[in-house]
Amino acid sequence: MNVTIVDYNSGNISSVINSFKEVAEDKVNVEVTSDLNKIKSSDKVILPGQGSFKSCVDALNNISGLVETLNEFAINNKKPLLGICVGLQMFADIGYEETETKGLSWISGKVSKIDNKNGKYKLPHIGWNEINIVKDSMIFKDIENNSHMYFVHSYEFIPEDKNVISATTDYSSNIVCSVEKENIFGTQFHPEKSDKIGLKIIDNFINL
Amino acid sequence: MLKNRIIPCLDVKNGRVVKGINFVGLKDAGDPVEQAKIYSDGGADEICFLDITASNENRDTIYDIVEKTSKKCFVPLTVGGGVRSVDDINKLLNCGADKVSINTAAVQNPEVVKESSKKFGSQCIVVAIDAKKNLDKWEIFTHGGRNNTGIDAIEFSKKMQDCGAGELLITSMDRDGTQVGYDTELMSKISLEVNIPTIASGGVGNLDHLVDGIKLGNASAVLAASIFHYGKHSVKEAKEYLDLKGIPVRI
Repeated sequence: MNVTIVDYNSGNISSVINSFKEVAEDKVNVEVTSDLNKIKSSDKVILPGQGSFKSCVDALNNISGLVETLNEFAINNKKPLLGICVGLQMFADIGYEETETKGLSWISGKVSKIDNKNGKYKLPHIGWNEINIVKDSMIFKDIENNSHMYFVHSYEFIPEDKNVISATTDYSSNIVCSVEKENIFGTQFHPEKSDKIGLKIIDNFINL
Repeated sequence: MLKNRIIPCLDVKNGRVVKGINFVGLKDAGDPVEQAKIYSDGGADEICFLDITASNENRDTIYDIVEKTSKKCFVPLTVGGGVRSVDDINKLLNCGADKVSINTAAVQNPEVVKESSKKFGSQCIVVAIDAKKNLDKWEIFTHGGRNNTGIDAIEFSKKMQDCGAGELLITSMDRDGTQVGYDTELMSKISLEVNIPTIASGGVGNLDHLVDGIKLGNASAVLAASIFHYGKHSVKEAKEYLDLKGIPVRI
């Protein structure tokens, strides 16, 4: 099996690479590339993302044909794709970080700044928070409800169809932290930085 | 609910841990990779390396260590010490650091903070502030605490937030190494003044000091070095104690 981590200059992805390689061992081939043919031929794709919504969308668009290739992979061919952090946020129609920016429109919704309740809550939302699993998701196999995951973000994905939400977390409000729509998966938290339990989520995705 | 974090810090010099944990069965007490792994297995919420290598020729040792550690530890790794430029930050992130802490360079050239947070995202930029009390205010020190800049620590904290820092690591120079507890007055003043998370550092001697850092200092996270050394307290004990005192922690 080939798993591809999309390398599109979206910031620091070394931890994502390390965690997938740790879980994959020799059973699975983990490729880190922006090569369109390699993405097309892989079995699963990881879309990481750090920095702002705009910088990640710009970076995707900077690689000619990448958005089309990802569309073909996830929407036409319905192959499994996991978005992490801003990688998940880009599933939305629109994001409001820095300036209004169009997303991939895979899951209807918007990405807005977390309401800090007039400064009562610190932003970014950094650290370990519990996830409330609200839907049976394949990536949460053997993951207990209220497990801790590592978060670092100031913006949240607000999907229109609440049925896509697979987990939420409580901060200044109830924040969507995981989504699943058919073959498309996303986590707002960082499984690659969430210790053994995070690696289990990565393992679940690899074994889908 | 978001949990308060406990961050053990390891001082690394020329690629070796200066003051390490002295556990039975530890093959090499000076190996930063092995020590970091013990901390992450023991429940540390993050790991911090402070590179105190003095000479330039041994600077590159930290990159090798970060690379090896990030392949074994799957909790966030912060690296600081001697970070001068956007290029230094880039190199550390590429080796596997999740966050980089900037101290002297942030004071001398705030553009480094602005540029790096824009380029890599605020989430990986920590500004480390070393402050010392002078009459009724706190002043910023640079170069590992050797140079007094006279800059007001609270004003500087606000400025760093505006420059795009994702977190502030506040060390009291008065308390560092004393084991009498954090300067919670300084911590609290800064924590209440800024809207980004703060990390308390400098002076921890016992587990109650960790509690004070959060309850009195309003810190989001507590960093400590020596209490975790020589097996005085484990991270697990620290967490259980905080839990007992009603502080939310990841157990």
